Amino acid sequence: MNVILIAVIVLGLIGLIAAVVLFFISHKFAVHEDPRIGEVSAVLPQANCGGCGYPGCSGFAVACVNAADGGSLEGKLCPVGGTPVMEKVAGILGMAVEVGAPKVAVVRCNGTCEMRPRIAEFDGALSCRVLNMTGLGETGCGYGCLGCGDCVRACKFDAIHMNPETGLPEVDEEKCTACGACSKACPRGIIEIRLKGLKNRRVVVLCNNKDKGAVANKACKASCIGCGKCVTVCKFEAIHVENNLAYINPEACKLCRKCEEVCPKQAIHAINFPPRKPKPVEDSAPQVKTEVTSAVKPAVEGEPKPAVAASSDSQNSNQQP
Amino acid sequence: MKPIISLSPHVHGGDSVQKNMYGVCIALLPALLASLWFFGLGAAIVLVTSVISCVFFEWSITKFLLKRERTTITDGSAILTGLLLGFNLPSNLPIWIIIIGALAAIGIGKMTFGGLGCNPFNPALVGRVFLLISFPAQMTIWPVVNQRLAYVDAETAATPLSVMQRAIAEGDPGILSELPSLKEMLIGATGGSLGEVSAICLLLGCLFLLWKKIITWHIPVSILGTVALLACVMNVCSPVYANPLQVLMSGGLILGACYMATDYATSPMTHRGQLIYGVAIGVLTVVIRNWGSYPEGMSFAILIMNGFTPLINMYCKPKRFGEVTAK
Amino acid sequence: MKTFKIGGVHPAENKLSAASPIREAGLPKQAVFSMCQHIGAPAKPVVKRGDVVKVGTLLGEAGGFVSAPIYSSVSGKVTKVDVALDASGTRRPAVYVDVDGDEWEESIDRTPDLVKLSDRPNLDSKTIIEKIKNAGIVGMGGATFPCHVKLSPPPGCKAECVIINAVECEPYLTADHRLMLEHPDEILVGVDLIMKAVDVTKGYIGIENNKPDAIALMKEKAQAYPNIEVVPLKVKYPQGGEKQLIDAVVNRQVPAPPAIPINVGAIVQNVGTAFAIYQAVMKNKPLIDRVITVTGKSVKQPSNLLARLGTPFQQLIDECGGLPEDTGKVIGGGPMMGKALLSLEVPMTKGSSGLLIMNEKEARRSEPNPCIRCAKCVSACPMGLEPYLLSTLSDLQDWEKVEANDVTSCIECGSCQFTCPSNRPLLDMIRVGKTTVMGIIRNRSAKK
Repeated sequence: MNVILIAVIVLGLIGLIAAVVLFFISHKFAVHEDPRIGEVSAVLPQANCGGCGYPGCSGFAVACVNAADGGSLEGKLCPVGGTPVMEKVAGILGMAVEVGAPKVAVVRCNGTCEMRPRIAEFDGALSCRVLNMTGLGETGCGYGCLGCGDCVRACKFDAIHMNPETGLPEVDEEKCTACGACSKACPRGIIEIRLKGLKNRRVVVLCNNKDKGAVANKACKASCIGCGKCVTVCKFEAIHVENNLAYINPEACKLCRKCEEVCPKQAIHAINFPPRKPKPVEDSAPQVKTEVTSAVKPAVEGEPKPAVAASSDSQNSNQQP
Repeated sequence: MKPIISLSPHVHGGDSVQKNMYGVCIALLPALLASLWFFGLGAAIVLVTSVISCVFFEWSITKFLLKRERTTITDGSAILTGLLLGFNLPSNLPIWIIIIGALAAIGIGKMTFGGLGCNPFNPALVGRVFLLISFPAQMTIWPVVNQRLAYVDAETAATPLSVMQRAIAEGDPGILSELPSLKEMLIGATGGSLGEVSAICLLLGCLFLLWKKIITWHIPVSILGTVALLACVMNVCSPVYANPLQVLMSGGLILGACYMATDYATSPMTHRGQLIYGVAIGVLTVVIRNWGSYPEGMSFAILIMNGFTPLINMYCKPKRFGEVTAK
Repeated sequence: MKTFKIGGVHPAENKLSAASPIREAGLPKQAVFSMCQHIGAPAKPVVKRGDVVKVGTLLGEAGGFVSAPIYSSVSGKVTKVDVALDASGTRRPAVYVDVDGDEWEESIDRTPDLVKLSDRPNLDSKTIIEKIKNAGIVGMGGATFPCHVKLSPPPGCKAECVIINAVECEPYLTADHRLMLEHPDEILVGVDLIMKAVDVTKGYIGIENNKPDAIALMKEKAQAYPNIEVVPLKVKYPQGGEKQLIDAVVNRQVPAPPAIPINVGAIVQNVGTAFAIYQAVMKNKPLIDRVITVTGKSVKQPSNLLARLGTPFQQLIDECGGLPEDTGKVIGGGPMMGKALLSLEVPMTKGSSGLLIMNEKEARRSEPNPCIRCAKCVSACPMGLEPYLLSTLSDLQDWEKVEANDVTSCIECGSCQFTCPSNRPLLDMIRVGKTTVMGIIRNRSAKK
């Protein structure tokens, strides 16, 4: 009996002391976290892909809460969850949702094996970043796809694969979440995260070559030579040529496909359009008009900028054996 | 001409995994010959079984379980594991036990972790310790030397290590007189696992490894030095502890210090780390030998320190160039 | 014998052209002058299409403080100002000149007479540095850092000694070796000029002892210069690395970046640079030619050529017996740190110390195996780094850990990859890590 009593008293005392200590510690060292952070995290996809530009979903939640306190959720987008998730986030934070148009990764290179002859053979670690440090790489084009598949390894959604026939990566638009991981992985900034466009249709310059026309032409049969014909033919001022390279602004493009016809190098591609019918003008004209009004609306964000190519610092090694 | 492009360096020193692995195998040759001389038929059967089954398991696991296109049996690492495993077994061990040991060594010790270079523990020792714990009776009796035609039927006797342990346990220095002479221990005419008896042959092989720069001196010297130092101190304190020279040459100490602890994948990367690793193995070996329940502590000591290797690697960075003048 | 303390490897020397005297290469039909022959800002072209130039005419002016002007090495007519593929493997701005005759600017003194520092008593430090700057001299060992920048120490730093890098630790290359044997007096005057320019009284010439003839000759000639000491060094790669050389010669260790050699009071210049400085200061000759080793096991006549900058490599190879049939790789520089060339049309630049032709078999790397953690790369690294770790972390893209493990100290000497028994492309991956981390550091300091 005595033993039991002592045990109960001792344990009770220990419990009491521990409770007092815990009480003080929990007050003294309490970490105040905004409860909204947890709520926002709960609606995020928890893929932790980093596509939003923040370290994982919890990092994005913190950023959203801070941004909401700052007054606007502008520029915050979870590429995986898209608009539905952002609407929920905005709802939790009591903000109006800024609708971002859906985007997709576009590989801006069409330098397939037959278009772009190999002038050298690479022998080293199979990584685009390594190959990029050798200079032009295996082909004469210093801007085109290197073909080692860094983007494929970077994709967490299994949405990009190398096509062994063309030697180029291909994006699976169903799976692509436009998280931008491939774009960041590409040392040459070929992959653009671009507006999906109406009905998934896009007109894109599939080239990234900023060399002068003659050089670009020699390196690759499918290169943009910066001739400017597309600029002249475009009625909507959607195309501009900078550094010998044409770029079609997806927000201004009305998908008329005139530039595609006029491009002497077939560097401009219309993606996901139905095959051309014999009389394209009459058929597609009314369609274009409906697209005009709707295509402009969702455009909110600034022009998507291609990722900056990794600088080639490999050359300035700091010694001279 | 379509030139080959790559980043520098454009030349290679010509060293290869094969050169290192077969180098160790060559270094083990003198000890192998000594074991054949002393244990005869038994040694031959154990070694051949061990090497063949290790290579077979490596091949079949890479081919059928991992489904890799390239099998790695030509790189010599499986042969080396087989040799070392055989060296760690008594020469009267039945074939089926050896095959189980080889399966444990290659299957559990090596391929589970991804194969060559990925294993945290020395595969041969994993095999030996697996057998030691599973078959303690068969693994702790060793035949008497010079019965060249005997195999499982060989006559057995106490080894120097068990004599030493008994002397400590009973506190009677007189038991130590049962130990073989220093000369016998040096050439290997004494009981023990088949590859660990001839100190002189093992040291010869070790010199070869050092000359070929396959290993550096840090691990063997630190292990042997630590054990010798502790043995000296204990020998001076109490006569029940054996003479340091006898301690050094008994059991698998030299084999372990020169060939097992120096295994690339499981030892630390920096010289400083290797010294810490070696000293710790030495201390653990002496502790287990003298006060543990198993007579031989080398394998356990090495395996324990293998487990610490990643930690040592994390904290023992090499001295960076210009570090001293930085402050 | 002295050498550096940590790491190092011993590649086969293969100095095939050591016995072949320097000979002049012929003039090219068209010379191409890259505007990026140095580290730093590219030079700005000052000529236009149709301009007539002579040998020594300015083609491009320095594009900033860390930059160097480019002079024409031939006489003729400028055909275009465009881009050209250069040894770095990329296309950069360049001036094309069609060669016509060989007419030199009159200001250049072409006589072979030796002019000593004592013959020009009124040369002061400022004038010397100014002349070096205007002559467009850069580090000729391969790093091509503009010379005048190195000779103008930042405030708070004081040079204590000048070390001349005559190590030539790269296998195959013999250009510096031949230069020392054939122009020792000019080199010594050049060293004297550098010492005068940075106002120090001690100069060392570090030579590896696989060149005993050069050591003997330089020692004999240096007797006339009490302040210059010839230091024989034990053969070990990468002794020609600036930090390794300082460690070997004066036993001082340059701390990790951003520290530079001047922080320990040393200024390192290549022996070829010393020769160019002599020509620039005493003979008014801008940097328009250099000695280049054309070599390789299959090359008919491995030679040392005195060639004009801008000469296409194809022509240099033709002068040495033509391109061998079995060529697999052509390397600009030595085999340890040189760059594999994409094309033989690439012109020679200020940093071209060698042209190495490897056959198909030598050129190919062996298949990589898994890392066996043998730690040979750790022992070989002259900077005390852990190449196996840096390479793995770079592969995993864990840039924070790559930075924490001092990747920025890597000098890209290639010792780790050279020594790796598993043939792993260690340096390839470390370069990826280093480039990325340098970018991160730059961004960080830009934000501040």
